[in-house]
Amino acid sequence: MRVVIAEDLFLLRDGLVHLLRAHGFEIVAAVESGPELLKALLDERPEVAVVDVRLPPTFTDEGLQAALAARRSIPGLPVLVLSQHVEQLYARELLADGTGGVGYLLKDRVFNAGQFVDAVRRVAGGGTAMDPDVIARLLASNARNEPLGRLTPREREVLELMAEGRSNAAIAQRLFLSESAVAKHTAAIFAKLDLAVSDDDNRRVLAVLAYLNGTRK
Amino acid sequence: MTGAAPVPQTDPMILRTLRGLGHSLALVTLAVADLAIAALVVCLHALSFGLGLVFLYPCSVRLLRSRCGQARALAEAWSEIPIAPPYRPAPPPPLPDRDGWYREGSMRYRTSLVPRFNREFDWMIRDPATWRDFAWLVANPVVGLALAAAPLLMLGGGIVLIATLAPLKVLAGLVLLAAMPWAAVRTPEMHARWTRTLLRPTIRARLDLQVKYLNRSRTEVVDAQAAELRRIERDLHDGAQARLVAIGMTLGAAEELVESDPAAARALIAKVREASAASLTELRQLVRGIHPPVLAERGLGDAVRALALDSSLDVMVAVDLPRRPEAPVESAAYFVISELVANAGRHSGARSVTVDISHRGPALRVTVIDDGHGGADPARGSGLRGIERRLAAFDGVLALRSPVGGPTTATVDIPRAFPGEPCSALPVWRRRLVNICWTLFWLPLFPQGLAAGAFKLFEMPERSWFLALYMPERLQWPMILGMISLGAAMVVFAAQSLRAVKRAELEAVT
Repeated sequence: MRVVIAEDLFLLRDGLVHLLRAHGFEIVAAVESGPELLKALLDERPEVAVVDVRLPPTFTDEGLQAALAARRSIPGLPVLVLSQHVEQLYARELLADGTGGVGYLLKDRVFNAGQFVDAVRRVAGGGTAMDPDVIARLLASNARNEPLGRLTPREREVLELMAEGRSNAAIAQRLFLSESAVAKHTAAIFAKLDLAVSDDDNRRVLAVLAYLNGTRK
Repeated sequence: MTGAAPVPQTDPMILRTLRGLGHSLALVTLAVADLAIAALVVCLHALSFGLGLVFLYPCSVRLLRSRCGQARALAEAWSEIPIAPPYRPAPPPPLPDRDGWYREGSMRYRTSLVPRFNREFDWMIRDPATWRDFAWLVANPVVGLALAAAPLLMLGGGIVLIATLAPLKVLAGLVLLAAMPWAAVRTPEMHARWTRTLLRPTIRARLDLQVKYLNRSRTEVVDAQAAELRRIERDLHDGAQARLVAIGMTLGAAEELVESDPAAARALIAKVREASAASLTELRQLVRGIHPPVLAERGLGDAVRALALDSSLDVMVAVDLPRRPEAPVESAAYFVISELVANAGRHSGARSVTVDISHRGPALRVTVIDDGHGGADPARGSGLRGIERRLAAFDGVLALRSPVGGPTTATVDIPRAFPGEPCSALPVWRRRLVNICWTLFWLPLFPQGLAAGAFKLFEMPERSWFLALYMPERLQWPMILGMISLGAAMVVFAAQSLRAVKRAELEAVT
């Protein structure tokens, strides 16, 4: 699978390259600044990009801006954004076009190589990978949302994992449940939140995220 | 300070005239009474300095100040011309030494009476405002009287002239009577302006105050910063640093175990990974407290939007800024907003909050409105005190309106957040008009006005490009005079406007 990596710290960039290469990815470009990233994304058209938010030359949100710009030219271009901090604001911007194929994770998540590579694959496949931190804050800011308050604790756990972008199988494995139990919980959640049920995992995640974001308008 | 005090336009002219006459009458009475007060004050001064009865001096100054204070209050009440008191702050009362005696210079006193008097005497006699007050009191029976009496004299004179029944005098009397309301309505304002010339703080006094204020706020800011640095040092020392030491030690232990007991080593390494994740989380929170990353990356607007998204309240954010303010201002504004929003959630039971960030010329203005139950009191909330301290570094002010039952409106103004932005003393249309006037006034004034007039006067055969000379004969002079007045009016308008801007800028500084 062809990957573009953008990260300005040499050690981290090198680490990412080794990690992804070891898991069978092909690194087509490893760049260290915003303009280089945009060029690499448009020229190489990778299957997935792993991008740090803060990049030279301005050290603001160059990486995020380059990723968003590239996605405007190539709709649905899968991008996994890494950052030292996560913000709902940036998550919203990434999700805004509603096409999926986006990820937004704390850099710490690289520690767990298995889960990180899994997230990269998910994003490459058009899925979503949201950091548990983002989801926790999203739910906290929805504290007064009544339908959410009616969820059972278990359903809430399922909802959190679903919002992170995980498939039913992954949720089942994580919560030590059977897949059919997860499916039942999912159906209950969608009924309580009054959302249209969809068989497609990716579309389901996007619907949940849109719901959590949208209730605040 | 308002340049031209707005005369209330809502009342009918007759009412305003009557009120003006009433005010004039009162001002005349006061001016006459000032004669007596001035005589008394002069006598007291003479006794103080001539006969050495210095203990009378504070009495006379107090009398003087109370009369001048009243004049200031009247100016504000009757013509909306506020005049700030110009006096230096009163000296602190003397404190006794450890032995209970009061020391002053080389003298020691048993009671505080003498040192207290000395301080007060010094404070009064060294303040230039005292002498300006004195000058006003002596001059008011002349200048103030003349100004205040004008409409009354016009009224009386008009009636007397009409009573003569001589046609010319009746006409003059009618003119006087007709002009009287105009004068009566403006008299309090004219009088207030006269009062202001002597009784307002001089630029020097204002700068004096400003310097004292800056000294105090600088100390506060340095203190606050030092405390902040100490907090960060403590957090790093007890948090990340300690964790890194633990990580190092655990790694060392794992290294020793790796040969003999790989399973235990793996467990230790897993622990190290957890510890490093925890220290990252801690560092992230610390960074957020020092300078939120979104603020650094996106600026005030998006940082507040991010704040709004994280809040459990419904926070509406509207931003209208010409560019990013200086980093320290931005950071102060952010923390102030975050504190205000947090307060709304914590104390007032609000459900929704509106944050409006905009600018008025070079000033940054933030308004935070919540729908809570109100009743916030800046004197009680330590949070609000903290906000004021943060703002003080930038001469910012917080205005809080929080009636019981809500809603609470907090308005924050930071002047000079955008240095170089045009001052908002003038609306945009007037600024444009001023520019046009400045660049074009010469055109009607010189060639089309004065030069054409000279050509016409000396009956030059040449008509050149002077518009007026192509007109029919009887329209030529009116055209020339019109052009001259147009040019003059443009110059006067532009100059007046620029003066208003200068004054507003000066007000903003002091």
